[in-house]
Amino acid sequence: MKEDKNLHDYEFTNDQYSQLDEIIDKYGKSQKNLIPMLEKIQQILGFIPISIQERIAQKTGISENDIYGVVSFYSYFTMKPRARHRIQLCLGTACYVKGGKEIAETIESMLNIKQGESTPDGRFTYEEARCFGTCGLAPVMSIDGNVYGKVKVEDLEEILSQYK
Amino acid sequence: MLIKEWADLENIKDKLIVKQKLNKDGKRARITVHMSTCGIASGANDVINTFRHLLKESKEKNIEIKTTGCIGICSKEPLITVEITDQEPIIYEHVNEEKARQIFHAHVKNGDILSEYAFVRGKESEIEERLKNGGEILGQQVVDNSIKAIEEVPFFNLQERIVVRNRGAVDPYKIDDYVARDGYKAVYKALKEMDSDNIIDTILESGLRGRGGAGFPTGLKWKFASKSQTADKYVICNADEGDPGAYMDRSVLEGDPHSVIEGMIIAARAINAQKGFIYCRAEYPLAVEILTKALSQARAYGLLGNNILGTNFSFDIEVYEGAGAFVCGEETALIHSIEGKRGNPRLKLPYPVEKGVFNKPTLISNVETLANIAPIVLNGSEWFAKIGTEKSKGTKVFSITGDIVNVGCVEVPIGTSIRTVIEDIAGIVEGDKNIKAVQLGGPSGGCLPVKYFDTILDYETLQQLGTIMGSGGMIVMNEDKSVVDLARFFMQFCESESCGKCIPCREGTRQMVNILNKICEGNGKKEDIDKLEDLANVVIQSSLCGLGKTASNPVLSTLNYFRNDYEALVK
Ligand SMILES: Cc1cc2nc3c(=O)[nH]c(=O)nc-3n(C[C@H](O)[C@H](O)[C@H](O)COP(=O)(O)O)c2cc1C
Ligand code: SF4
Ligand code: FES
Ligand code: FES
Repeated sequence: MKEDKNLHDYEFTNDQYSQLDEIIDKYGKSQKNLIPMLEKIQQILGFIPISIQERIAQKTGISENDIYGVVSFYSYFTMKPRARHRIQLCLGTACYVKGGKEIAETIESMLNIKQGESTPDGRFTYEEARCFGTCGLAPVMSIDGNVYGKVKVEDLEEILSQYK
Repeated sequence: MLIKEWADLENIKDKLIVKQKLNKDGKRARITVHMSTCGIASGANDVINTFRHLLKESKEKNIEIKTTGCIGICSKEPLITVEITDQEPIIYEHVNEEKARQIFHAHVKNGDILSEYAFVRGKESEIEERLKNGGEILGQQVVDNSIKAIEEVPFFNLQERIVVRNRGAVDPYKIDDYVARDGYKAVYKALKEMDSDNIIDTILESGLRGRGGAGFPTGLKWKFASKSQTADKYVICNADEGDPGAYMDRSVLEGDPHSVIEGMIIAARAINAQKGFIYCRAEYPLAVEILTKALSQARAYGLLGNNILGTNFSFDIEVYEGAGAFVCGEETALIHSIEGKRGNPRLKLPYPVEKGVFNKPTLISNVETLANIAPIVLNGSEWFAKIGTEKSKGTKVFSITGDIVNVGCVEVPIGTSIRTVIEDIAGIVEGDKNIKAVQLGGPSGGCLPVKYFDTILDYETLQQLGTIMGSGGMIVMNEDKSVVDLARFFMQFCESESCGKCIPCREGTRQMVNILNKICEGNGKKEDIDKLEDLANVVIQSSLCGLGKTASNPVLSTLNYFRNDYEALVK
């Protein structure tokens, strides 16, 4: 992975830090709770930058290496902040066969970003997702967890406009 | 309340049957909204809210609104079932707020069926009874013959339901619904009337094989796991379902969570484990929510925790949320993931049944495998062994998608032909393009052309043809679709999901994607096809885990059956 200087620079509020410490206390110091703990932390902060990983390492004694290894391995975790709304487009087999690619191209050109990126105005992050298990409704897209089935290129404008 | 005796289970069942009965003086009508992720994604929430609103407005006291999981036919969602005293139930398809309003006023309040919105009459859970009685059920009047009866619809009629025995009939949030369908009786039997050897022999003799992909005999795995005398052992339900295009495990977890929990308790009793995990993927938030609720209800009844059913056997289960990595479905990677590490696979030896989670003996079984256990224990191994083929017993649930009419989850006896599933159950779109191929078994599987559609679905037969049963994803493609493009898709999937530990898998899949890109974009040469084939074999031979070992299958099977398609694309 490319080392991104920005990964170190994020500021969090004292309130966020104290929430973070609370979670760490709750899950304890054992590596076996690392993944559920990180899931919780990401729910609160939205992402897990290096500075936070360092803090977790100091407080739990789990090595920074192990934490970085886990965060970078699982696609659920991200080290970059996400925008206000998260678009996840399924590119599983069923969705792919049913025209998911055209939807992907349309989203990329509408928002002028590529997969994994956020719009400069902080409105959308666009990600490709693996199967949501609603393949019967392919192609499938989810925005902030709301699942849309049988998405058509001509519907995209209208769907996205609901998220300001 | 703690359940301790058989009579406690019977009591819950009897009470619920009375409570659910519709009659003129008490409860007169029931609306059931089928609400799995796919139903909700199609608008089931709007539908149920409309009904709730109308019910409140009408001040009627004798109408009930209920939810259940899906009934398997996703392409007709949102689906609802309306039942009225003395009338045959009606299932409505593609319901929206407006239709819900009309159905409420005409059908629910006045008994006037809206046949133009109806899908079928009758309930799936009553099919057998209806077939016996020539389509009738005592006390249910057929009011509208223009609507097809459920037993006349091949989609339902050709299925054999063991794993999905309770679909559309139980509310996944209510343990009593499950108990009323004879749930937890198998746990009672296993804990109070059988010993570990009895249980293992029953599963062995049933011939059940693992439904997560490889088809290893389940009873044998249990036997190995029972051997070790260690105190701490684990039972893990593999609910990762990473195979894109497969969703039968989600459907079972969301629709009937207790069927999986019951299977796990019996497995734990058989091998003497104290602790279980359900490893569920993060992409399935509804399944996680439903499972968590179901576990706490089972605990409240004393079906999990200390001294289950008052015996000296104790066992509890925890849901563990995966964090998005296909390779974590592989057993050894899953073990690392539960230990809080990267999901890198390791060599299979020692087997997880000897050294698994935290180095303790661990039994890992798939969702569907576990959902089969209770019926086998309750009905006996002979009953189960009668279904299926010589070497593969029972049924298999397939998720069928692609260029077909009825998209959804179907459970058929092993040995059913591909043609039956695709032409009769799924249905070919009339006047549409010809069907070209079916892709089975996901990224580890292969593509079969139409001329093999009379092939039966069983482990060995499919393997001989270069594909696999796998977890049961089935994607039907018409002649507009390019199999080369599909092979590229699977290769890209494996490349991005490779854990990167072995070079052949990490670099080999990348090179194969490059070649496939070249071919698909029209820049390929004839030699590229040979290079692709060579590379495919190298990746198979020199990869460590199942991901790398099978990643080439989609390429090899399409090269085998559709070489012309590749050749047409190169110079
Ligand atoms: C790359 C890879 C991914 C897998 N994904 C799954 C999965 O999502 N669910 C599953 O049950 N088995 C999966 N398996 C198979 C499991 O490793 C294991 O064989 C299975 O869970 C055992 O259960 P069973 O005997 O009931 O089939 C996968 C295997 C490999 C190699
Ligand atoms: S074959 Fe691929 S996925 Fe499996 S261990 Fe090797 S690199 Fe990882
Ligand atoms: S392939 Fe897209 S939801 Fe399953
Ligand atoms: S209708 Fe049940 S899985 Fe879709």
